Amino acid sequence: MGMTITAKILAKAAGREHVCPGELIIARVSKVICHDVSLAAFRELERMRATRVFDPERIAVTYDHFIPSPSVEAAEQSRALREYLTAYKIRRVYEVGRGGICHVVFPEQGFVLPGEVVVGSDSHTCTYGALGAVALGVGSADAAAAMALGEIWLRVPETVRVELIGQPRAPVGGKDVILSLLGRIGTSGALYKAIEFTGEGVGALEMADRFTICNMAAEAGCKNAIIAPDEITAAFLNEIGAGEGEVFASDEEASYADSHTIDCGTLAPLVACPPSPANVVPAQKLRGVRIDQAVIGSCTNGRLADLRVAARILKGRKVSAGVRLLVIPGSQATYLAALREGLLEAMAEAGALICPPTCGPCFGGHMGLLAEGEAAISTTNRNFIGRMGSPRAEIYLASPATVAASAVAGEIRDPREVLDG
Amino acid sequence: MRFRGRARKFGDHIDTDAILPGRYLTDWNRDPKSLGRHCFADFDPGFSSRVNPGDILVAGWNFGCGSSRQAAAAALKAAGISCLVAKSFARIFFRNAINIGLPAVECPDLVEEATEGDLLEVAVDEGLLVNVSTGHRYSAGAFPPVVLEILRQGGLVSYVRARLQAAER
Repeated sequence: MGMTITAKILAKAAGREHVCPGELIIARVSKVICHDVSLAAFRELERMRATRVFDPERIAVTYDHFIPSPSVEAAEQSRALREYLTAYKIRRVYEVGRGGICHVVFPEQGFVLPGEVVVGSDSHTCTYGALGAVALGVGSADAAAAMALGEIWLRVPETVRVELIGQPRAPVGGKDVILSLLGRIGTSGALYKAIEFTGEGVGALEMADRFTICNMAAEAGCKNAIIAPDEITAAFLNEIGAGEGEVFASDEEASYADSHTIDCGTLAPLVACPPSPANVVPAQKLRGVRIDQAVIGSCTNGRLADLRVAARILKGRKVSAGVRLLVIPGSQATYLAALREGLLEAMAEAGALICPPTCGPCFGGHMGLLAEGEAAISTTNRNFIGRMGSPRAEIYLASPATVAASAVAGEIRDPREVLDG
Repeated sequence: MRFRGRARKFGDHIDTDAILPGRYLTDWNRDPKSLGRHCFADFDPGFSSRVNPGDILVAGWNFGCGSSRQAAAAALKAAGISCLVAKSFARIFFRNAINIGLPAVECPDLVEEATEGDLLEVAVDEGLLVNVSTGHRYSAGAFPPVVLEILRQGGLVSYVRARLQAAER
């Protein structure tokens, strides 16, 4: 019986020739990723009375959620985490100003390679599936157990196959592809399952689009999202000086729980309306929906390619008088590159506030929360009630192009109208 | 493991931001018990004062979707919830609940028929559920042995601690 790429990677991690969906396995963990809120995992590690971690070189930590510290409590959290990292001899640590948002900075630094099993105490850990790894979001106790034992118990998931055909026509991009899927299958459309993106359309997508797609696949409830490595993956790894990892691909006779096809060539810019990432409509239909804030950034869309798209729209234009536009480069390296390319200057001139790399507003932590009755359009990944501040604020999710165009228009706008006009 | 308590009923797709807003996440695990009063802080502000110790949370599809915050499961436990029954759980939330020793049982039929305040009994090992108020009985699929073992030990922390201690000997 054929295996999917996810099953093959898990079989190898379990030391097995073959595994079947539904089987319970103990998988060796290649890498564990954490951030400042993962202090909770280190508290669990201490309660487990673990005196050391399975391999300090295989654990990476960045400060991204509550940074720069918005409160004394947050400062205490980061300080407590630093003490644990010293105690457990974890050296792959990205300090404030030298790292950034976990799912942007770790791939950028070559920490994750194809064929690995990655466990992260963050629900968007599935982002690394874009590199052909099996990457799973877990909670703090699971992350602590993985750090203590170097293994995790898992049920081998069934796979939902998503075939991409055609090539998105700019400014349509990866965000529109994943919003299209979410609109079709809903927020539990892939519950407990793997989502595998495949087909010729994948070859037309740059790594930034692939990271966006695998990142937000989390919103379909999936266990992991994955794209088999190809020349684009290899070129990315080569460029950053990372290793090649181990390349797996699904067998032709592999069986799938479900199958979908998305024609990227016919996609229009899409928007997820409150309060669900699956509540998806074309941007054109929302013309006239006023916005108070626009956010470009996050682990979903905070990469250099995203900032390029936004800057192209904002250059020579002005953010609408009634709108606050926050631009949040996803990492320090992204920030520097965008600075050198003049992207930040173009956006600041347009009236954007350039913020440091942080998850702050995305999860309603700090740095740009919403007041009652306000509406925001954001490149982030969740628009649940209360996610970005007041439970009586509304959040629309869209691509960097759509958010930039909307910031200029003062209301939700199909970016093609701004670019053509 | 057997639980007996009143049903506290919720709908479909209740996300972790609704269960515990992100602003309460700062070092939540230093004192998880303090999270109880913030449970459903925005979504259902009266919840923590209304719930009685031992109550059983009854929810629809995809309960706990969204973030990986174990604090959401911890907040429910700290509020006094003894056991969760839903039509389905989001996968990270399911693991988090089990990992803190809070059983999460999938039983769509019970959820469909139960109303707020019904007296429920859940026998976790057997996967048997009873709505005492209506007299209806239900069966849920049994948990895999590793899940039962984690629950029996009171959560993943005790489970791993025991394993590490055994390895040292």
